[in-house]
Amino acid sequence: MSEVILRTEGLCKHFGGLQATHEVSLSFERGVTHGILGPNGAGKTTLINLLSGELAPSSGKIFFKDYDITQATSDKVSRIGIGRSFQKTNIFADFTCFQNCWVGAQSRLSSSMRFIRPARHLREVHRRTDRALQLCGLAERRNIQASSMSYGEQRQLEIGMMLATEPELLLLDEPLAGMGSEESLKITELLKELAKEHTLILIEHDMDAVFAVADRLTVMVNGAELETGDVAQIRNSTAVQEAYLGSSEDAA
Amino acid sequence: MYTLTRPILIFLCLGVAALVLFPLVGSEFYVGLLIRIMILSIFAISLDLLIGYTGLISFGHAAFFGIGGYTLAIFFQDADSINFWIALVLVLSCSALVALLVGWISIRASGVYFIMLTLAFAQMFYYFFFESPDFGGDDGIFLFSKPEILIGSTSLIDLEDEHNFYYFVLAWMVAVYLILSMILKAPFGHVIVAIKANESRVRALGYPVQRYKLVSFVIAGTLAGIAGFLEAAHTGYVTPAYLGWHESGIVMVIVILGGMGTLFGPILGAFVIVLLQDFLPNFTEHWQLLMGGIIIAVVLFLPKGIAGLLYRLSNRLFTSKEYADVSQNSGDTPATVDVREQSL
Amino acid sequence: MDSSFYLIQLLNGIQYGFLLFLVASGLTLIFGIMGIINLAHGSFYMIGSYLAFWFTSLTDNFLYGILLAIPVTLVVGYAVERLAISYLYQRDHLYQVLLTYALILIFNELQRMLWGSDVHSVAVPQAFSGSVQLTENQAYPVYRLLISASCIVIALAMYWVIQKTRLGMTIRAGASNREMVQSLGINVNRLFAVVFSLGVTLAALAGMLAAPVNTVYPGIGDGVLIISFVVVVIGGIGSIKGAFIGAMLIGLADTFGKVLLPEMASMVVYALMALVLFWRPQGLFGKG
Repeated sequence: MSEVILRTEGLCKHFGGLQATHEVSLSFERGVTHGILGPNGAGKTTLINLLSGELAPSSGKIFFKDYDITQATSDKVSRIGIGRSFQKTNIFADFTCFQNCWVGAQSRLSSSMRFIRPARHLREVHRRTDRALQLCGLAERRNIQASSMSYGEQRQLEIGMMLATEPELLLLDEPLAGMGSEESLKITELLKELAKEHTLILIEHDMDAVFAVADRLTVMVNGAELETGDVAQIRNSTAVQEAYLGSSEDAA
Repeated sequence: MYTLTRPILIFLCLGVAALVLFPLVGSEFYVGLLIRIMILSIFAISLDLLIGYTGLISFGHAAFFGIGGYTLAIFFQDADSINFWIALVLVLSCSALVALLVGWISIRASGVYFIMLTLAFAQMFYYFFFESPDFGGDDGIFLFSKPEILIGSTSLIDLEDEHNFYYFVLAWMVAVYLILSMILKAPFGHVIVAIKANESRVRALGYPVQRYKLVSFVIAGTLAGIAGFLEAAHTGYVTPAYLGWHESGIVMVIVILGGMGTLFGPILGAFVIVLLQDFLPNFTEHWQLLMGGIIIAVVLFLPKGIAGLLYRLSNRLFTSKEYADVSQNSGDTPATVDVREQSL
Repeated sequence: MDSSFYLIQLLNGIQYGFLLFLVASGLTLIFGIMGIINLAHGSFYMIGSYLAFWFTSLTDNFLYGILLAIPVTLVVGYAVERLAISYLYQRDHLYQVLLTYALILIFNELQRMLWGSDVHSVAVPQAFSGSVQLTENQAYPVYRLLISASCIVIALAMYWVIQKTRLGMTIRAGASNREMVQSLGINVNRLFAVVFSLGVTLAALAGMLAAPVNTVYPGIGDGVLIISFVVVVIGGIGSIKGAFIGAMLIGLADTFGKVLLPEMASMVVYALMALVLFWRPQGLFGKG
């Protein structure tokens, strides 16, 4: 069994009376693409926000390798090697692709409190930016303003910015959200490519995509973990089928 | 992010050349007026770093202008002579320290709260000087000599001479411009511009956002302090009005009218506002009415300021084929005009 | 300094607090519902004061003066919203600050054109010119009590409008969720114009009531503006309850500050604000 890279212990988050995350204890292994499935409102995005430091948990703990990162803010979480992409495209609209990725790449300097030498002389940052653009498939579009790109390309850029920070662990919040089938295919290929060198935690609504990419799956319902296992196990689990399909029929 | 295009660069160089030559032909009155304009330019550029680049709308920037002036006045009110170097160090450290304190508290808040907090801090300092008899109360403090710039025991330049003072201030203005454009091109500049565009995303990418905002606030406050120091040295007095909220308001007007997010815009804005303040009273007693009207017109019709207008003009006049496809993408914003050079 | 002295200060502080509440509640409503930072709010306080002075000297009766002044400010407020503020709804705070700053310049100049730069006073209406004897040598002017009483009446009326009427329901819905009101098919343009007009009239009312106590002079609105911003920020932007608590805090802090720390009286309120915001950056009743 391989090394555990990220682990949660009894993670809870409530907003007022609403329990968004309930006693979630999960382990994520290095090199394994771990999909998190669940109907709308199952608390998937809240979980990602807790892992990435966007939200502070009400109780419970989060460990990255051996570090306790329960209270770490999102900038610290990013700096120790956890990158995240957002479900709602969250880019610098007025910047070009290159500039968007540059901001990510530059964040890996020991500090950006540098005031004198022009940033463009930073070879290392340049290299990282180029690599991220290459990986996310936007190398050709580097000088296009982000706001003038197609939705699918913006989603690619969203991932590119995260890659520019060269994270070990990627938290991807519905990377396929709102995409057409052709664009979805492109991103799915990208995810497969990334899975070769990174650990991925993938939230996704689109079951087919998750089954295609993920090695391990966790199904969440109402903020709690329902079942975790490999793809075959989840596919055949009656509990999952009942809970997941049942509740989506309720919702529909 | 605006980048200097060649036509704009030529325009700026011509402008500086005109400023260098002006005292040779201009009257004493206008030399004095230009000194005021250039000092206000420094003040406005420093505010532009906050509102135009970092996205911090400070409505209390006059506090640092005032602190700069008062630092000079308080330490040298009874002195026969003012050693420029000592004064400069005092002014820099006092305004930086106050900016650090005010910034540290204000930056915890955001949006409207930040606007109001900076305003309230400026008012606090205003009343502090207004009510304290030790610091001249509402009459302010007079200074009886100009700073002396000594190297060893020889004076480098005689600032009692108005023309010399003019070049001294011009040098400061150019220096502040260059320092800020250097900072903006450096890694720090990229971070603050990104913060203005999308703060939470910058944080998620691993930057301690608050720290960058605070440093930007301190830099801006310190530069405003220098402007206040120059103003006090030039006019020979400081009053609480230096820190008043009308002063904060007018410098904000200067930045927007000139064009925020460009370093030269605030300079243009300072020219227009001071010249209007000088010219309009000849025209009508109720010139504030016109001033108000002009500001409203700028807000409604010229939100990118004079600089935005210049960019649009120079794009139209000098747009060549290689620019054409880019300007389509960038639409109304001239920001990315020369992205073909992969500029940042 | 016996206890009756402090009682008088307390009454003064409360009366000042009530006036501040009138101004600040208008400001906070306008921000909460319309999302507009209205720097010209103080100008309406000034307009109120000058109209009260003007109409009182025309009619020789303070009550008639006020009754004439209220509809005028309502109309001016409505016009300002339609002609200027309505262009700002989708714009950055920065432009709101600028445009309303320009309005201050314009109103100040109009005031000079209409009424000159002299200081005016408004006579306390005859019926309320007496004092209440507190002790043998301490008395309290009736008119100041009347101010507090009027403010209480206005505040209750406001509470009734906001809690019980259809307009109030819309206003409450608007303050908590602007988008929702827009999607409910309510005429947002008219709602905003009405809210703005009512909000600035509250400030003008405070100016009218205060006219006989304070003199009427150019720039009278500027100080009030800044202080009511402090009140709104302490209370939490958009919260009327917060505006009330904030106004009382500032009213009392300012009054007692002047007595106990005369050297730095004006700084006390700002220090108080910094303290509150250091502890709660979103104000006492603000929503994050």
